Amino acid sequence: MSAGPADSGAGVTGPRASAGPAGRGAGVTGPRASAGPAGRAPASNANGAGPVRQLRITDTTLRDGSHAMSHQFTEEQVRATVHALDAAGVAVIEVTHGDGLGGSSFNYGFSLTDEITLIAAGVAEARQARIAVLLVPGIGTMADLQAARDAGASVARIATHCTEADVSVQHFGIARDMGMETVGFLMMAHRTSPAELARQARIMVDAGAQCVYCVDSAGALMLAGAQDRVQALIGEIGAQAQVGFHGHQNLALGVANSVLAYQGGALQIDGSLCGLGAGAGNAPTEVLAATFDRLGISTGLDLQGLLAAADDVVKPYLPRLPWTDRAAIVQGYAGVYSSFLLHAEHAAQRYGVPVYDILDRVAQYGYVGGQEDMLIDVALQLAREQEQAGAAR
Amino acid sequence: MSGIVAAIVGPGNIGTDLLAKLRRIDGIEVAYMVGVVESDGLARARELGVAASAGGVDWLLDRDPLPDIVFEATSASAHLANAPRYASAGIRAIDLTPAHVGPMVCPPVNLPEHLTAPNVSMITCGGQATIPIVHAVSRLVPVRYAEIVASVASRSAGPGTRANIDEFTHTTATAVESVGGAVRGKAIVILNPVEPPMIMRDTVYCAIPADADTGAIADSIHAMVAEVQRYVPGYELRADPQFDEPRAAWQGDGRVAVFLQVRGNGDYLPEYAGNLDIMTAAAARVGELVAQASAVQA
Repeated sequence: MSAGPADSGAGVTGPRASAGPAGRGAGVTGPRASAGPAGRAPASNANGAGPVRQLRITDTTLRDGSHAMSHQFTEEQVRATVHALDAAGVAVIEVTHGDGLGGSSFNYGFSLTDEITLIAAGVAEARQARIAVLLVPGIGTMADLQAARDAGASVARIATHCTEADVSVQHFGIARDMGMETVGFLMMAHRTSPAELARQARIMVDAGAQCVYCVDSAGALMLAGAQDRVQALIGEIGAQAQVGFHGHQNLALGVANSVLAYQGGALQIDGSLCGLGAGAGNAPTEVLAATFDRLGISTGLDLQGLLAAADDVVKPYLPRLPWTDRAAIVQGYAGVYSSFLLHAEHAAQRYGVPVYDILDRVAQYGYVGGQEDMLIDVALQLAREQEQAGAAR
Repeated sequence: MSGIVAAIVGPGNIGTDLLAKLRRIDGIEVAYMVGVVESDGLARARELGVAASAGGVDWLLDRDPLPDIVFEATSASAHLANAPRYASAGIRAIDLTPAHVGPMVCPPVNLPEHLTAPNVSMITCGGQATIPIVHAVSRLVPVRYAEIVASVASRSAGPGTRANIDEFTHTTATAVESVGGAVRGKAIVILNPVEPPMIMRDTVYCAIPADADTGAIADSIHAMVAEVQRYVPGYELRADPQFDEPRAAWQGDGRVAVFLQVRGNGDYLPEYAGNLDIMTAAAARVGELVAQASAVQA
């Protein structure tokens, strides 16, 4: 499981040699043992790590993919997907409502099956993989996290808008106290500078995050934008915590950005099978595995198993193939939260206005993740403007 | 001077904004502003002729006359410590902190029930903005579930809110039920850092029975908005209430969605901070109605 000599492409930067734990399994589970209040801040990944740099792919088909499924996952789909991912060697599988724990709502869409039931099913199905959950403070609460922990989830991924990390401090503390591995998720990372993103990552690490992700929620980061942010995070937190990258395909750069992130020192990368996810979808797990394999970078994953999982397990239940259509491209181009897509489509249909106009307006107003209600508000506004323009004619 | 004597404890932004609002109300004389360290807020109060001290509640309880009513704009822990002292001195407390010692009050919904309570809690900003609407629906039809989404400018969310955002969602959801009248409540809060800062926005979704009279519900909501506008002039509907047809996924219920904007009065706090303004405005409204009630008694 060595990172291998074939790090082709951009140059290897310093931090990665010293950064990570020795391998999957051992990995960042190490600090859990010392996760008491004393061990909380700052998190340490020092785990007898040698020079080996193991890339960990976290699969989020069953969380980010929930957006594209309008949160209608069944327990059978979750079991089949976890079974296939687990068999292919994926170490961390995220299972939650698309908007995180407690996301089942009018605003984001109600879950067909209670997420705690789905989490428990995932835990039961996994042999080696651990089940992760997403928590967005302001939407979900520590009580939700406790319920997920009780259902067997062992990785807590705690997400905030890229400039609001301080709302997550209490949640990292609780997650560590519950013995969970912790990951910070700085969403809409294109909306702030690399330096500010690094300051926010520091807040999360000081609160107990063992890894912080640069999350390109809008699929808006343009290569160097992803690279610069990952490097800024490595510079700030690399000595104490890992860095991750979560890419979307709105401008079809999710995989390329992920490779650059790895080359910049990121050790955790998100993907989802068939790219199932918000907007035009995520960096596809099976494409990431194939690409990293070709680059000589070990992910420890069984590529054939992932290709089969995507083709035979996930593809049959997709309501539609993730696609960079006009609306999704506008999201990447203008920097709009990917999860807004289906909600914008519904509002567009109901109020008779173009979906890309809604998304464009949302970008102008700078709405952030969670403000799905504003899509209806904007659609109503556009409909009024249309009416006034019609009357004036 | 006539009317009731009031004190503000906590001379920060909230306390200063509250002072500006209370000074406009007949029947309330703000006599004291209290802090624990010398601050700009105390200096501002003195400039307005209010006796202000950094001597804390000890100083306040030494005054003659004692206040009839105290507005607590400190922190939950400070109010938990102060509340028994106000109570034993016979001073009524209006609590703007998250301590929730007394019953939760939203002026146009349940203030009459609690007009003589020794201590009332102003819930949360999101609660003050949205609970009137939940009540406007639940007073006509059973509301099985209500959900509120509060979006506030990052700059208007202070360190206390940020350090305990779960408290906001939990308290607001509880009040959507116990004060708003929904069987089950949920609250979501979003902080948005966009510049210039966004004005506070709130969305209220209520599940309504399939056969609900949507016209009557819309009228009730409009009437309630007018009621809140009496003390928060910048409280307005962004659009008419939006009704959705019943769906199986909503257990056969329909839905009304209400989109609100809360522009602050700009007394001391910036206009975008409607979330803070609606707290001080609601607290001032409680003071006003308490003063009116005592004037009637006298």
